[in-house]
Amino acid sequence: MDKIWLVIQREYVSRVKKKSFLLVTLLTPLIFPAIMGVFVWIALEEEDNQALRIIEVVDDNKLFFLESSEQYAFSFSDASPEEAKTLVQEGSRYGFLHIPEFDIKDPVGISFYGEENPSMSLISYLENNLRKKIEEQRLFESGIDPKIINDVRTKVAIKSITMDDEGTETVSDATVNYAIGFVAGILIYMFIFIYGNQIMQGVIEEKSSRIVEILVSSLKPFQLMLGKIIGIAGVGLTQLLIWIVLIGTLTTIVTGFLGMQMPQQQAMEMANPELAQGLAQNTDMGEILQVLSGINYIQIVLSFVFYFLGGYLLYGALFAAIGSAVDAPSDAQQFMLPVTIPLIVAYMGLFVFVLNDPNSTTSFWLSVVPLTSPIAMMGRVSYGVPFWELMLSMGLLIAGFLFTTWVAGKIYRIGILMHGTKPSYKTLWKWIKTNN
Amino acid sequence: MLKIEKLNKSYGANKALTDVDLNVSEGVVFGLLGPNGAGKTTLIRIINQIIDGDSGKVYIGGELLAPKHIGLIGYLPEERGLYKKMKVWDQMFYFARLKGLSPQEAKMKIKYWLEKLEMETWKDKKIEDLSKGMAQKVQFISTIIHNPPLLILDEPFSGFDPVNAEIIKNEILELKAKGTTVILSTHRMESVELLCDQVAMINRSKKILDGTIKKLKSTYRPEVYSVTLDHLRRDLPAEWISKEDEGSYNFTLPLSGKKPNDLLNELMQYGQVSKFQELIPSMEEIFIHQVKSTENG
Repeated sequence: MDKIWLVIQREYVSRVKKKSFLLVTLLTPLIFPAIMGVFVWIALEEEDNQALRIIEVVDDNKLFFLESSEQYAFSFSDASPEEAKTLVQEGSRYGFLHIPEFDIKDPVGISFYGEENPSMSLISYLENNLRKKIEEQRLFESGIDPKIINDVRTKVAIKSITMDDEGTETVSDATVNYAIGFVAGILIYMFIFIYGNQIMQGVIEEKSSRIVEILVSSLKPFQLMLGKIIGIAGVGLTQLLIWIVLIGTLTTIVTGFLGMQMPQQQAMEMANPELAQGLAQNTDMGEILQVLSGINYIQIVLSFVFYFLGGYLLYGALFAAIGSAVDAPSDAQQFMLPVTIPLIVAYMGLFVFVLNDPNSTTSFWLSVVPLTSPIAMMGRVSYGVPFWELMLSMGLLIAGFLFTTWVAGKIYRIGILMHGTKPSYKTLWKWIKTNN
Repeated sequence: MLKIEKLNKSYGANKALTDVDLNVSEGVVFGLLGPNGAGKTTLIRIINQIIDGDSGKVYIGGELLAPKHIGLIGYLPEERGLYKKMKVWDQMFYFARLKGLSPQEAKMKIKYWLEKLEMETWKDKKIEDLSKGMAQKVQFISTIIHNPPLLILDEPFSGFDPVNAEIIKNEILELKAKGTTVILSTHRMESVELLCDQVAMINRSKKILDGTIKKLKSTYRPEVYSVTLDHLRRDLPAEWISKEDEGSYNFTLPLSGKKPNDLLNELMQYGQVSKFQELIPSMEEIFIHQVKSTENG
């Protein structure tokens, strides 16, 4: 046990002391708010400085009217399409919208001409306005006053409340749950990949530089492997902790600073349109707070830490085994598939199944099978998971990482002393079966 | 100090060790000789508990080999390695601690050895910034830092430049004088003849020979004499193939059952004997002789 502790210390200290660790740890959190800040800044600048773009509209129906905005001005004229096109080519018009004469029940042939591709937002602005006008016109023709329609238009927001067996009611919001599951899942996925790779590199380094033979004359290979895995986990947790603190502070500062120039809503849209939409539906600020306070933070944080570490340990052992079997990182490729595929399945599954329908059968299995559960379960935890399912998933994950660590230990112990041979899956299987 | 009984180890169909017996007395330098691939490294790895034998027993200081004996052994593997990015001092400290020294002991020992081998100035340097010879010294110190009563050195002089090899050789002798038992494993047999008290020879997984160097040399002497004759009085027999060098004739003569004195008397008939010396076999010659005789049955 003492010796594992020594290995853990060495692995941890030698990595944390590195300049590259310091650099990545300090720069990454700077980069996120910096990118956000740059986007926000560019958007602001664009709005302020952009020259008004004039769009020539030729409406053969003489029906439509488009309201000019800060960016676009619409000029209606009786010019022929050819004349309008020349205006665009000359550069005196940004674009030319041609609305040919059509049957109002079947509006076809509307075209936009421009020297460059129009932006999505411009096209949808045009489409929305034209559609609205056509709808109004058709209502009018059917004898309904469009004003009545506007009056009866109502906004409905469903407040979703979950109840447990004791009847406690919590206000929930799928969007917030989605966001939590999304962020947690991605973090775990990234952590497993980045630090799993570090384990592998570390093992290969010790193997190829032949330090390992001296080390295993002082301690058991299994102790060495475990020490390395745990030591690197410590590095990852340290980094994560620093990031959370730094990103939190910096984001607050940046958004706080920009918030003075920009309405909150817009800033949110820039950062995460989906979240903003969700919040916009519940415009009642008090309700949002209610949702946020209704989330079982303790359960989420505990589950996150558990799956974060459990997933890392499960895969970390496999990465160590791969590292021990090969002589150089380039040889590791052939064994990476069984590790990457379940990770990617879990990652895709999180988005395709779990976050959209946390209680489906697929989601259940993804969140219970140990290879995918660390990522998939986080997508469900935020929505609330039956207690027994959580326990089953956690139990299986513990069993899973004990199993992979045991298998990896068997491969590792033989692999680290093998040089010059390129093992196949068959040889690995033989190593696993060997008893000493 | 170390006793091995009927040790066997095989890798799949390959036998690495077959019924190997070994007895290393305390305080000797013991040479483990044999060509590459004979099974020396496997044997050493078993003593170091890196791998387990299939059958057979290993005793250390009279006790059956167990994990607690790790601290008693200092091991310098044939393929050396250090953490390139670690500093000299940190590296030594790590190895010393792994061998079970307390932090205080480790610090003291490192200081002692750095001073002894005049290396204090580079204790804060990273291994990758050291020359090969310097790194090897660091490696050697890391091996003996915990004062092991049993030191196992696999090909200790390979890769050392002559100056450092001499330093290491002297350190080995000094350790021996202090009572350390040293096992030297090498395929370059001539390099250890002067250093070893006892040897064992291993070929193709089997021990083919062991004993003290003196005894082996006298047992395996070929009974051949190297002779130089000057001022020939008569022609030498045709079967004595000799080489002439400015009137001196050099050749070798087997005793062929005669006593050395009789042979000398016979030689005196032919001329003036200026050299009459028994050929001492090198360990390599003994090894080759033994390999041939075991192979021929």
